[in-house]
Amino acid sequence: MFRELGKMVVLFGATFRALPRVLRYRRNLFEQLFEIGNSSLLMACVLSLFIGGVLSLQAGPLLAQRGLGSMLGGLVGASLAKELGPVMMSILIAGRIGSAMAAELGSMRVYQEIDALRTMNINPIEYLVLPRVVAISVALPCLLVFSLLVGCAGGAFVAAFNPEVAVSSAAFFNNLRSTLELRDILHGLIKTFLFAVTVGVVCCNQGLDTLGGPRGIGRSVTKAVVNSIVFILVLDYVITRMLLPLTKASMAGGF
Amino acid sequence: MTPVPSAASGVAIRVCQLRKSFGSQVVLDGVDLDIRPGEIFVLMGPSGSGKSVLLRHLIGLETPDSGEILLNDTRLEDEGIRDRFRLAMVFQSGGLLNSLTVGQNVGLYLSEHRLKPPEEIERIVQEKLALVHLGPGDALKYPAELSGGMKKRVAIARALVMEPQVVLYDEPTSELDPLVAVTVGREIVRANAVTRATTLVVTHDRDLAFGIAHRIAFLGGGRIVEVGTPEAIRSHPDPLMRRFLSADFTRD
Repeated sequence: MFRELGKMVVLFGATFRALPRVLRYRRNLFEQLFEIGNSSLLMACVLSLFIGGVLSLQAGPLLAQRGLGSMLGGLVGASLAKELGPVMMSILIAGRIGSAMAAELGSMRVYQEIDALRTMNINPIEYLVLPRVVAISVALPCLLVFSLLVGCAGGAFVAAFNPEVAVSSAAFFNNLRSTLELRDILHGLIKTFLFAVTVGVVCCNQGLDTLGGPRGIGRSVTKAVVNSIVFILVLDYVITRMLLPLTKASMAGGF
Repeated sequence: MTPVPSAASGVAIRVCQLRKSFGSQVVLDGVDLDIRPGEIFVLMGPSGSGKSVLLRHLIGLETPDSGEILLNDTRLEDEGIRDRFRLAMVFQSGGLLNSLTVGQNVGLYLSEHRLKPPEEIERIVQEKLALVHLGPGDALKYPAELSGGMKKRVAIARALVMEPQVVLYDEPTSELDPLVAVTVGREIVRANAVTRATTLVVTHDRDLAFGIAHRIAFLGGGRIVEVGTPEAIRSHPDPLMRRFLSADFTRD
């Protein structure tokens, strides 16, 4: 486990050092960005819509019973921006994009494509890992913003049409606007960015480490997704703990 | 036997006491080898004798436990060796990047290192593809659309684009029918004649080895058993070599 962790740190270091040369690989970068957007936007939309909806469904009646129904917008928005959005989007991307990265790099390793790059004096980290890690780090925060908008719309819809909640869309969004601050969104974006880098590095490392043919590729994909989720959840606690002082003020003001 | 090209631009390769183990398994146990500039040198031996591992050492994909490899008396691990010598390898599976077209694969070295403008790369790609009997239409295909023989030829074209001084072939005729294997063998000889690069071929294919080699080395038990001309190897009395070279279905 520590060996794998060490390999990931080394890969992250090498990728970070190669960062100034990222524009050299812009074709690969745009391909990856397109791939991430194309394959995850619809899923992100559906996921966010229902997460926002279920938040309203669960919290709405409880708040309404206590005469706090008007605070639902802020609750849904803050939950989505700071916690559920970053974690759910990162897990979605780990499952959908991270697994594909691990499978692709694993297959390239097994079928000697990475060796072929090395023999042509092309650094596989710059050519393969750098565009993927940068693309996922750019795309995931964008997906969070998208997810926040769609999730709030889902929450507002359920709040308005569920008789047990019965909070109008105007009241929902008024409370959302007065509660949710820029730093809350920033909190979510920082988290998402760090999760994205983690998912990128974990999945690329697993792909590059693949041994033993098609079975090895399968093993790598499973390990990449499982390790990514574990890292996301552990990092989530650590980052939340570190960023909490920054957002305490807004929580006190909002609720 | 084809004559060794004169005024060779290839480099001399010297392998000295090369040792490599994977865990407790000793794969290379003190290999010594001298390969002359520009010659086609074939490395033969039974499965698991360490031929491919030796080849991977020569291109720098493996690091030896001890011993050294010299290219024109310069150590392979020396800083900047890749700037001084161009080494290319044709992998057993071809090693073509599946996400790129044939043309992009062949021109990858030039485009990634920005050695030529795109139009020039396009011209060179077509020229090298023609050299291995592939047409302009093939440049637009993806590796998944190619037969095994075509993949090997594309891999040879990709190696030639580097204008290499050393070309290494790992089992170039494996998984090919005899007709395609002969074609690939001819491509290797033609590439050697055009580039004058030192050519090292690892193979089990006895017909290919005796058909194209200037010299053959036989590797057994992690050591070089014998190095010599095809004629000398064919008549060598070593029992392992005799068994390997004379094995066929009717006698077994």
